[in-house]
Parts: sequence; structure tokens; C-alpha cells
Amino acid sequence: MTRKAWRPWGLFAWLAGILFALPVLWMVLTSFHSESDAATNPPSLLAPLTLSGYEEFFGAGSGASPWPPLINSASASIGSTVIVLLLAIPAAYALSIKPVRKWSDVLFFFLSTKMLPVVAGTLPIYLFAQFSGLLDNISFLTILYTSMNLPIAVWLMRSFLAEVPVEMLEAAQLDGAGLVTTLRRVVAPVAMPGIAATSLICFIFSWNELLFARVLTGVVAGTAPVFLTSFVTSQGLFLAKVCAAATVISLPVLAAGFAAQDKLVQGLSLGAVK
Amino acid sequence: MATQTLDRPLATSVNRGPKRAAEWARRAPLLPALVFTIIITQLPFVATLIISFLRWNALDPSNQGFAGLGNYIAVATDDALRSSVVSTVILTVAVVVVSLLLGLGLALLLDQRFRGRGFVRTMLIAPFLVVPVAAALLWKHVLYNPEYGLLNGALTWIWGLFGGTAPPQPDWISTMPKIAVEAALVWQWTPFMMLILLAGLQSRPFDAIEAARMDGATPWQIFRYLTLPHLRQYLELGGLLGSIYIVQNFDAVFTITSGGLGTANLPYTIYQTFFQAHDYGQASAAGVIVVIASIVIATFALRVVSSLLRNEVKS
Repeated sequence: MTRKAWRPWGLFAWLAGILFALPVLWMVLTSFHSESDAATNPPSLLAPLTLSGYEEFFGAGSGASPWPPLINSASASIGSTVIVLLLAIPAAYALSIKPVRKWSDVLFFFLSTKMLPVVAGTLPIYLFAQFSGLLDNISFLTILYTSMNLPIAVWLMRSFLAEVPVEMLEAAQLDGAGLVTTLRRVVAPVAMPGIAATSLICFIFSWNELLFARVLTGVVAGTAPVFLTSFVTSQGLFLAKVCAAATVISLPVLAAGFAAQDKLVQGLSLGAVK
Repeated sequence: MATQTLDRPLATSVNRGPKRAAEWARRAPLLPALVFTIIITQLPFVATLIISFLRWNALDPSNQGFAGLGNYIAVATDDALRSSVVSTVILTVAVVVVSLLLGLGLALLLDQRFRGRGFVRTMLIAPFLVVPVAAALLWKHVLYNPEYGLLNGALTWIWGLFGGTAPPQPDWISTMPKIAVEAALVWQWTPFMMLILLAGLQSRPFDAIEAARMDGATPWQIFRYLTLPHLRQYLELGGLLGSIYIVQNFDAVFTITSGGLGTANLPYTIYQTFFQAHDYGQASAAGVIVVIASIVIATFALRVVSSLLRNEVKS
């Protein structure tokens, strides 16, 4: 095939890419417009740019400050990702490098927990939190996010650790290397990309989560997605502010996802697709 | 890739011996994660199962007790719940099928060589990386708004180009609520499907395709008899993972329509029965039914994933 024959596909791909990115680009552009320019028909593409939407969002005027929810989201997402890694890496080790008996049954048990609908378990969790005074508590949410992401992390880490060559483990043993040396010299280099992919996915899923946060938190421990739901009924009166809010809250995920696009595929398919 | 791991248990079982301590040492790293997962993900479902047989409405504390199958009968005869079952099925099937097809098309496009491919891929991933609530708000307020949303704004602009004076300005959410929710979700999930299918396309056996091309196979024949069979597993994987996530969708329904206009799906309806109607027994019965339905879907999903694992071993 000649290069010329491929040209139209490239054009189609560019058109599709622009079409899919358009709402996101429009969101970012609108966030830099004034409220009056944001709400015009037809849309004012070339209106002057301003930071007033962001000033409004960060509480220059009225309304609640977005900082507590952003900090809550960050601490629940980062905290749960760290705990997930601490639990998942040893578990993955016991499912791949030094496997327990029936390791694949255990692996599929972890996966099956992801397939149960979260909403069906929410009521007992809510009642438990109410009973033990853990409602509106960011630590409790962190623990729930840990349980939400742990199965994914075990799968991902196992698929990476399974790539550690047996010969190298045996060679290390013959050379008299201890467990710590083996882990550091042989396992860690293979595990590092896996830890990166796992962290990325766990962080994104925790940051995005709404149902648990909506049910279990209130004024103190509310997360960024819960904060966003306060815009649901405002009927688009403050489009620039809504766009600024959506942009700020999506920014960590957009940045992390763009920076690690290849890790995203591995993570989303639980390591089944490399 | 997993060949070694599959061999290892066999190798170790030879010198198993009666050393229980050694076995426990082997299990030790697994136990914290396993115990944690069992407690936090399994116990609530057991509690839900128990509550589903109780007569328990938080707003009516005097009337509590054992309800037998009463809640299940109530669920089966409740119109709102039945219609939310239908909504869930329609929403899931529509979003998964459309985003799989679009994802396949985009993956095939991205598999071609053209200038700026990496950048186009980045643009295509963008929808998936917007926080779901933010994406739903974006569609609700910024795109669908009947007065100054981007969709109607674009219609005005296009009509203006051709000298039209009265462009159609539909109220998208109230005239087509289901399609409105579905379109927003398709937009978010197409990149997910595309990424998985693209990974599938790029793992095709290159020699077989080259050989077929040498033998004079047309691009369509190559697609139909080589690419599509190879992609089957990836289509299944994408479809099933997508189904698992979209069956559980709460954010889009909650944000775009607040469950109104016939869009309430099961997660939303159960959420409402819990936290607004406070009918714990009935909501739990609905929850149990959803769990059973999920187990059916999950059985298929697990089979697909395990076949993918086995194929990795073979190759």
C-alpha cells in the first residue's frame, strides 16, 4: 500500500480525536470566560479570557471553600493507595513468586469481589458507620477505598511479579543471596512499573468515587466529587464557575492519566492486556 | 508470560512434606490482604442478605420484625423497581454496544500510520480522564442546556451559516432523557474500549497478516478472517468489564437527570430506597437481586478473563 492511500484515515482520526476532546477543551475554555460570555447562543469562542471563574470557585465571593473537599480527596486517595500497595505487594508475592496452593482460586476470589455491585453493600456499611461513630470520617472512607481497589491491585501486581524469571531467582539463591537482596536486586526492577500502574489506577478510582462518599460523608469529610454535586441543581446559572470546578477537580486525573497512558491500559484491564 | 507461575506450584508440591510451618510462612504475606478483603467486601453482603428478610423501615421503628419473603414480593411487584431493572438493562446494553463499536472504529483508525498519532490518541483518551461527576455536569449544563448549551449553540451557528433564522433548539434532557444519559456515558467509555481494542490490534501476529497480504487477500478479508477472530477476546473483555462498571453506574444518572424521566437505574433506585425512603428491608431485597444478577454476569466475565490468562500461557 502506498502512503497516499492512508491519508484519509489520518484525517478521519484527527476529526474523531477533535470531536471527542471538544467537550473537554470547551470546558477548559469556558472556565476562562466571564459568566456573561460563557452563557451566549451562539457560543462566543473568542471572548476575552479571565480568571474570574476560578476566583469565584475558590471562594473569593460566596459559598463554601473547595479546599477542604480537595484535601479530603487527596488524603483518601493517596492514603488508600499507600495502604493498598502495602497489602497487595506481599499478597501478589504469595500468588506468583512463592505461590500458595490453589493460588489461582484465591486470585479469582479477589476478582469476583469487584463484580458485586457496591450499592448492595452500602446500607450495612452505613449502619455500621452510624453505630460506631464513623460517619463523616475521612479515615473510614480511606479504608473503604482500600477495599475497593485492593483486588485490582492484587491482580495487577501479580501479573507483573509473574514476569520475574525463575532462573534469576534460582541463580540468586545459589549465589547465597538472602531474601532482602533477592527482593531488591531481582524482584524490584520488574515490580517497579507494576507499582506505578497500580498506584495510578488506585488513585484515579479513589479520586473519582462518588457513591460511598455521598452516603458516608457530610460537611467535614466530604470529597471533591461530593462538592461537585452541589452544582447539580444550579441549572447552569454559573457556567464559568461550574467549568472551573470541573477542570480543577479533574486536573489530577487528567495529568496522571496523560503522563502514564500505557499504564492506564494495563490497569484498566487488570493486567490482562499488556 | 505466566508459564513459569503455572509450573511453580507443581515444582513445589513435590517437596511439600508435613512442614505446616513452612506452609504458613508461605501464606503469611497473603493473609492480611485476604482477611481485609473478606471482612470489608463480604460481610456487608451477608448483612444485606439478613436485612432483606426483615421488616425494617427507619421511619417506622415500631413495626419491625421478620418479613419472610415479603420484601422480595414487594420488590417484584413494585413498578418503580421493575422499571429501573428495565432501565438498567437498556442503559448497560446501549452504552456497552455503542462504545464498543465506536471504540473498534477508533482503534482501527489509530492502528494506521499517520502524522500526530500520539497526539490524537491523547485527545481520544481525554473523556475517560474527566472525573465522572464533572463529566456528567459538563454534559448537563454546558452541552445540553437548551438556552446556551454548546449543542444548541452549534445548531444556531450552523443555521446562521446557511442563512437560516429559526434553528431548532431542543431541550435535550427532557425530550430524550435516556439518550442524553447514554450519550454522556458513551463519550466517557469509548476511550476505554478503544484502549483495550488497540492493545489487541497491536498484539496481532504480524507474519500471518503479511503472509495473507502476499497471497492477495483484500483488506476486508484480512479484517474478517484474521483481525476479528484475534480481537474476539479483547471485545469480550472490554464488553464484560464495561458491563460490570456501567451496571453499577450511579454518577451519571444522579447528576444528569437525578433519576427522573424514567432514567432511574437499579443503583440509583436502591440508593433512594435506602437513604430517602429509609425502607431498609425492601432496599436490601433489591440489593440481593442485583447481586444475584451480577454473579451471573460475573461468571461469564471470569471465564473470559481466565481464557485470556490461559492464552497468554500458550503464546
